[in-house]
Amino acid sequence: MIDVDGLTVRFGGVVSLSDVTVTFPEGICGLIGPNGAGKTTFFNVLSGFVTPASGSIRADGVELLTLPDFKRARWGVRRTFQTEQAIESLSVFDNVATVYEHTAKSGGSAARQTAVSEALDFVGLADVANDLVRTLPAKERRFIEMARAVVGQPRLVLLDEPGAGLPDEETAQLSAIIRAIPERTGATVILVDHDMELVQACCEWSAVLDFGRLLASGPTTEVLADEKVLAAYLGGDEALEDTLS
Amino acid sequence: MAGLKALLPRREFQVGAAAAIALAAMFLVPALFTGFWVARFSQTAIFAILASSVGLLYGRVGLVSLGQVAPYGIGAWVTLRLAFATSLPFPILLIIAGLVAAAIGVMIGLPALRVSGLYLALVTLMLAASVEIVLSQIKFPNGGGGFSGVVTQLSDIAPMRRPGFASSDVAYYRFIVVAAFIIMMAVAFVLTRKPGRAWASIRQSEVSALAAGIDVTRYKLYAFAIAAFMAGVAGGLFAGTIPKGLSLDPFTRQAAIFLIAAAVMGGIRSLWGGLFAGVLATLFLAFLTQNVWGHQLWTDFSLSLFGFGLLMNLVQNTKADEKKGIAS
Repeated sequence: MIDVDGLTVRFGGVVSLSDVTVTFPEGICGLIGPNGAGKTTFFNVLSGFVTPASGSIRADGVELLTLPDFKRARWGVRRTFQTEQAIESLSVFDNVATVYEHTAKSGGSAARQTAVSEALDFVGLADVANDLVRTLPAKERRFIEMARAVVGQPRLVLLDEPGAGLPDEETAQLSAIIRAIPERTGATVILVDHDMELVQACCEWSAVLDFGRLLASGPTTEVLADEKVLAAYLGGDEALEDTLS
Repeated sequence: MAGLKALLPRREFQVGAAAAIALAAMFLVPALFTGFWVARFSQTAIFAILASSVGLLYGRVGLVSLGQVAPYGIGAWVTLRLAFATSLPFPILLIIAGLVAAAIGVMIGLPALRVSGLYLALVTLMLAASVEIVLSQIKFPNGGGGFSGVVTQLSDIAPMRRPGFASSDVAYYRFIVVAAFIIMMAVAFVLTRKPGRAWASIRQSEVSALAAGIDVTRYKLYAFAIAAFMAGVAGGLFAGTIPKGLSLDPFTRQAAIFLIAAAVMGGIRSLWGGLFAGVLATLFLAFLTQNVWGHQLWTDFSLSLFGFGLLMNLVQNTKADEKKGIAS
C-alpha cells in the first residue's frame, strides 16, 4: 500500500502535480494518462529526484519523502526508465549485481551470486549473464532493467513505459514477467505505459492522471470506461479509443 | 575498439601482458638503450600513471578534471621535502605523498558534486592554477635542509635522495616501472569491484545510479581521492628522476592542458590508454625532437600537436555517440 496525500509539484509557475491524493493497493497498479499528465514526474518524486512543494507519500509506515534519493533504493524503491538505462560497459551479471550490492543490507558474495542468478533466471537472461550490455539488442536491455528492478528485496517497483519500442511477442514476455513480480518479491508495482493492452493484462487496479490531477482510480476496467477518462484521451490517444471500442 | 577488445579477451591475459611489458621494460630497455632514453622511459612510466589518473576520472566516472597536475605537483613537493627533512624509506615517502595528494584531490573534487562537464573542467583548472601559485610562492622546489629549507643560490640546492636500493639511474628507472605496475594492477582490481561498477553506473547516468542505490557523492569523491593518490605517487617518483633542479614547469596550467590532451589521445576508457598516452607524451615526442627535421620545434609545438590529436579524438567520439543516439 502506497498512500499519496496532497502531493503537489511545481516547476516555476507550472503545476505538474496538483493535490494528488490516492492510495495504491498491493499488487500491480496501472498509472495512465495522456502525455504530460505528470506520470513520470510522479515517479521522479517517488525516486527522490524531484522535491514536491507539499504532500506526503507513506509506504509500509515510512514517509518516503524524508529519505535521500539513493537511500530510497535501499529502502526498496526500484525503477526502470523510459529510455532504458542498462549500463553499457558492464556485463549483464554486473548490471544486476550493482543494484544488489548497493541495496542489500547484508550478505556476502555467495548471497550476491544467488540473488543475481535468480533475478537473471526470472527474466530469462541467464544465458547471456557474462555478455557486455553494449553487445545486446533492445529487448535484452529492457529485461536487464527488469532484473535490476527485482533483485534483492524491492518493495515498490516503478516501471516507466517498459514496453516502449518492443514488438508484440516481446511485450507478451514482458507482461508475463511483470505479472510475476508481486508473487516473487512481495513488492507493489506501479506500471506506466501507453500500451493499454499491457496495462489491462497486468493491472487489476489503475489510476488516471490528466494535467497533474487525479482523474479517476479504481479497478482498471471501470476506470477505462469512465467518461472523464475517455474525454481526457479524446483526440490525444487513438490507440486507447481503438482498444476500448 | 571492438577489434582491440576481441584481441584482449580475458582479464588474466591482460594482466599477463602487462607483467610481460613491465619485465621487458625493466630489463630490455636498459640493455638496449642509452641513458638518455632510459630517462625518457622513466618519464613514460610516470606519465602513464598520471594519464591513467585522468582516464580514471574522465573515462570511468565521466568527470573532466584539468586539475590533476595539482596533486602531481603536491606529491612531488611532499616527497622532496620529506626526503630532506626525514630519513623515512623512499616507498613510505611516496605513500605519504599519495595520501596528502588524495586529501587535496578530494578538495578539488568537492566542486564536482555541484558542477559537471565544461564547468568542472574550468573549476579544476582554476584550482590547479591556485596550487601552482602556492607552489611558486613557497619557493618550490627548494633543496634546503629541513621541512622548509630554502636556499637562495641555485648551486646550493642539494640533490634529493633516491631509494637506497635504487640510487643509480637504471635502478631507479626499474623502481619506477615496478611502482607503475603495482599502481596499475591495483586500479585494475578496483575497477572490477564494487567501486568500478558504481563508477560505470555514474558515468552512464547519475539518475540511474541514484535509482540503483549508489551514493553518487561518495563514489565521486572516492574517484577523486584515488586519482589524486595516483598523481601524488607519480609526482613523488618524478621528483626522484630530477634529483637536482626540479622546476615548476611540469605542474603548470599549460602542463594541465597538455596532460588532458595526451590522456584523451591515448585513450581514457582503458588503463592501456594511460600507457599509450605516456608513450606519446614522452617517447614519441622525444623521438620527434631527436630524429625528425625541426628538432626543438616539436617540443615547442607539442601542445598544438596534442591539441590536434585531442580534436580528432573528440570529433570521432562525438560521431560515435551520435550514432548511438546518446549525444543530446
